[in-house]
Amino acid sequence: MATLELIGLEKSFGATPVLRGIDLEMPDGEMLVIVGASGCGKSTLLRMVAGLERPSAGRVLLDGRDITALDPSQRDIAMVFQNYALYPHMTVFDNMAYGLRIRGLPRADIRRRVEQAAELLGLDALLARKPRMLSGGQRQRVAMGRAIVREPKLFLFDEPLSNLDAKLRVAMRAEIRRLQRRLGVTSLYVTHDQVEAMTLGDRLLVLDQGRAAQLATPMEVFERPADTYVAAFIGSPAMNFLPATLAADGTAAALETDALVPFADGRRDGPDGRPLTLGIRPEHLALAPDGLQIVVELIEPLGSETVVHGRVAQGHQTGDQTLVVKLAGPVPATNRLAVWPIPAQLHVFDRATGQRIDPIGDESAPIRLARTAVAG
Amino acid sequence: MSHAVGIAGPAPRTAATAGERPDWLAHVVLGVGVLLFALPVWLAIAGSTQQSGAILRGDLSLLPGSEGLAAYRRVLLNGELGTQPVWHMLLISGGMALVIAIGKIVISLLSAFAVVFFRFPFRRTAFWIIFITLMLPVEVRIIPTYAVMSQLHLISTFAGLTVPLIASATATLLFRQIFAAIPDELVEAARMDGAGPLRFLRDILIPVSATNIAALFVILFVFGWNQYLWPLLVATTPRLDTIVIGIVRMIGVESETDWAGVMATAVLALIPPVIVVVLMQRWFVSGLTEGEK
Amino acid sequence: MERRTLFNGWILPALLVLPQLLISIVFFYWPAGQAMWSSLTTEDPFGLGSVFVGADNFTALFADPRYLAAILRTLLFCAAVASLSMSIALTLAVFADRDIRGRGIYRTLLIWPYAVAPVISAMLWLFILNPQVGLLGRWLNAHGIPWDYNVNGGQALLMVIVASAWKQVSYNFIFFLAGLQSIPRAVIEAARMDGARSWHHFRTITFPLLAPTTFFLIVVNLTYAAFDTFGTIWSLTQGGPGQSTETLVVKVYRDGVVNLDLGSSSAQSVMLMAGVILLTVIQFRFIGRGTNA
Repeated sequence: MATLELIGLEKSFGATPVLRGIDLEMPDGEMLVIVGASGCGKSTLLRMVAGLERPSAGRVLLDGRDITALDPSQRDIAMVFQNYALYPHMTVFDNMAYGLRIRGLPRADIRRRVEQAAELLGLDALLARKPRMLSGGQRQRVAMGRAIVREPKLFLFDEPLSNLDAKLRVAMRAEIRRLQRRLGVTSLYVTHDQVEAMTLGDRLLVLDQGRAAQLATPMEVFERPADTYVAAFIGSPAMNFLPATLAADGTAAALETDALVPFADGRRDGPDGRPLTLGIRPEHLALAPDGLQIVVELIEPLGSETVVHGRVAQGHQTGDQTLVVKLAGPVPATNRLAVWPIPAQLHVFDRATGQRIDPIGDESAPIRLARTAVAG
Repeated sequence: MSHAVGIAGPAPRTAATAGERPDWLAHVVLGVGVLLFALPVWLAIAGSTQQSGAILRGDLSLLPGSEGLAAYRRVLLNGELGTQPVWHMLLISGGMALVIAIGKIVISLLSAFAVVFFRFPFRRTAFWIIFITLMLPVEVRIIPTYAVMSQLHLISTFAGLTVPLIASATATLLFRQIFAAIPDELVEAARMDGAGPLRFLRDILIPVSATNIAALFVILFVFGWNQYLWPLLVATTPRLDTIVIGIVRMIGVESETDWAGVMATAVLALIPPVIVVVLMQRWFVSGLTEGEK
Repeated sequence: MERRTLFNGWILPALLVLPQLLISIVFFYWPAGQAMWSSLTTEDPFGLGSVFVGADNFTALFADPRYLAAILRTLLFCAAVASLSMSIALTLAVFADRDIRGRGIYRTLLIWPYAVAPVISAMLWLFILNPQVGLLGRWLNAHGIPWDYNVNGGQALLMVIVASAWKQVSYNFIFFLAGLQSIPRAVIEAARMDGARSWHHFRTITFPLLAPTTFFLIVVNLTYAAFDTFGTIWSLTQGGPGQSTETLVVKVYRDGVVNLDLGSSSAQSVMLMAGVILLTVIQFRFIGRGTNA
C-alpha cells in the first residue's frame, strides 16, 4: 500500500516520442486504469513504472521515494503480465515462491504466504501442478498469486485478461476487482478494452498517442469526455459526431441540414459560425416525428434494444453523415426514421482541436492536465 | 515436452495417410532398410566370436562362432600388436567425448547468453568472431593448428586432443536461436521477481532449454567420440590413442591381423555412442531438427 | 538479435563471452592466419626457413594435373555420396512416416546408425569387402569376379562411396522424417480429396514441400562428403591405390603431414576454406541456419 506519483514522464525511442509529459497522483489503495487505443503508450507507461523501461525525462515516486533510477527488483512492485509469464518448468507453488526465495524469506514464511494466496485465488488444489496442466483462467490466477505473495507496494496489470475468452474475461474482471478491494493495494491496470476500464477503475487515465487526454472517474469520462478522442473511445456503440456551427448567439448549434439544436445547459463562448463538433450518443437519440430525417441502412436487433445505422438526409438526398441510433425494444423494418438528440445529453466540442466546450461559467469542468491543454 | 519456447509438435497422423499403398510394402522397405544397417554390425559381432585363423583362411561367416567372448577379453586387456589395451582406449575416447561435449556446451551457453541478453560494446564484433569459426571444420586447418599446439606445448596432451575441437560455433548458434525465442515476458517476470542475470540463467534459462541441451550433448558426444583426423595428428604417443585410432592401427599386415579381435574392437567402439543415441533418442531427434523450423 | 528485455551492465557479458573468444582466436584465427601466410611461402631446400613466394603455390596448384584431378574426383565423390545417401534416406522416411504397426521401432532401428563413426563404418565395410577375409569380397573372388580394392582404383572409389553414404543415411533420415511430419495434415487431406494418388501425390505435393529440408541436407551432405570422410578414406585406402581415392582433404593431409610440403598443403587448405565459406554463405542466404557438428 502506497501512494504513486508520476511527474512529467516522457519517453522517446530515438526520435519518436511515445509518451509526452504524463503527470499523475494516486492515493493509497486506488485502482487506476490506463486505457487507450493500441499504440497510445499505455504499456510503455506501465513498464516505466515497473522499471523495465527508463524514462527519457520525468520521475516516479512511490510512497514519496524516488524510484526512477532503481532496478525493477528493488522497487517493491509486482506485475501481472498479459501472457502470464509463468515459469514453465516450475510448479504453481514454486512459481509463486520464486520471488520470495530470491529475497531470502524463511521457508515457513514463504509457505504461509503462498498457501494464503492460493486459498484466496482458489488454487490450493493446484499447487503441485505445472503451468502446462492448467487452463488459461487458472494460469492467470497463478500469475496474480505470484504478485500477491510479494505483498508489494504497488500492483501492475498489463492487459491480463486479453488472452481469455469472453465469458472468462467477465468472471475474472469481477474477481480482480474483489481482490484488489480486499487487499487494498494501489494498482495500475492497463487495457484497451473500454468495458474493462469502466468497470474496474476508480479513475481512468485515457491516453491518446502518448498524451493524457483525460484523468477522471469512469462516470465523469462517460458523461463529460474531455475531447472527441475520449468521447469516441468510451461507450459502445461509439458516440455520433456531427459537424455544426455556433448559432443563435452561442445558445444553439446549427447542423449542416440547417436544423438548429438548442443547448440545454447554457451559452457557449464564441462568435456565430464558430466551427463545432456536436456529440450525441446513440442511446441519447429519441424518435421525434419532426426531427432529423435519416435513411436507414442497417437494423441490428439485439433483443432488448435495436441499433439502427443510417445516414442523415438532406432534403431529398442522402448525405455522407452517418448516424447510429440505439432504441429500446424492437424496431419495425423501415427505411426512414426521424430522431432528435436529448438536449441534456448533448456534447459540444471545438471542431479544430476536438476539445470539449463547456457553457460559460461552468464550475464542474472536467479535470484536465496542465500540460495537455495546449493544441499541437 | 512443451516449454515456454512454444514449439508445437507435429499434428498426430492417423489413418488419414494409410491405405494409399499396402502396408506390407512399407514393412518390406523398412525391413530392408533395417537389415541394411543391422547386417554389417551383426557380421562384426558374429565374426568376433569366431577364430581369427579361420577368418584369415576365408571362413568368415554370419553365424556366431565357437570362441564366444574370448576375443573381447583379449583385446580389452591386451590390445593388439602395438596398440594399447582396449579398455584404455575406450577410456580415452570416453574422456575426450565428454570433455568436448561438456566443454562446448558450457562455453557456447555462456557466450550465447551474453550475446542475446546484454548489450555491450563490441557485442556485434564478438558475435561475428565466433560466428565465422562455423565456417571451417578442423580438417581444413589441421597443419597450422598442429603448429600452434606445438608452440603451446600441447602436443600429446589430453588438452591438445580436446580443446581445438571445442572452438567451433555450431552450439553457440543453436543456443542463440533458442535464447532469442524465449518470450520477453518470462525474462521480465524474473526481473520483477528480483532475479539478476546469473540467477536467471541458472534458475530459468537452463531448465527451460534442458531438452536442447540434452540433444546437443548427444550430438557433441558422438562428434567427439568419432574424431579421427585430429587425434591422429596430435596423439603422437600411443598412450593417447582413442579407440577409433586404435582400431585402424590393429589392421597391420593382413596375414597377421587378429581379425576376431579387430571385429570385437569395432563392436566395443560402437557401443557407447549407440547407447547414448538410443537412450536419448527423443530429445536428440527433436533437438537436431528444431533449428530447422 | 535485438530483444526487448536486456540485462544491464557490460562486465558480466564480456567475461562470459571471453572463453569462447579466446579459444576461437588461439585455435582458429591464429592457425587460419598461419595457413594463409604459409600458403604464400615455400620452404627453402634445406628446410631451414621459408621464403615468400606470393601466389606461386597457388599457380603451381592449378597447374598440377594431380590437383585438378583431385578436385574432379572430390566433386564426383561428393555428388555420389550425397545422392546415394539422400535417396535411400528419403525412401525410408516416406515409408516410416506412414501409420503402420511398429513404426516407432523401425525409427529407432534406423536412427541408431547416427552414432557410427566414419572410421568404424569403414571397418565394417572392410569386414564385408576385403578381398581376402571379407564376406562378400571373398565370395566375389571365389566366383570369378576379380575384386581387390587395393589394386583396382575404381573399386576402391566405389567402396569408399558406399561406406561414406551408408553412414550418412541415418542423419538424412532424421531430417526427412521431421520434414515429412511437419507437412500440415490439412494439406494431405486436401490432396486426397482432390484425388491425388500415391506417386503423383509424392511428386507434386510432398516433394516440393520438402524442398527446404532437401536443400539444407544437400549442403550438409556435401560438406560431410568433402571433410568428414577423411577417416573413412584414410583408414581404408590412404587415398590409394595411387590417387584413386584421393579427395581434396586427403590430399591436404598427404602433402602436409606425410610429404611435409607445407606451402602446397597450406595453399590447398586456403582453397578448401574458400570452398567452405562459399557453401556456408549459400546455406545462410537460402536457408538461414547453421549445420550441426
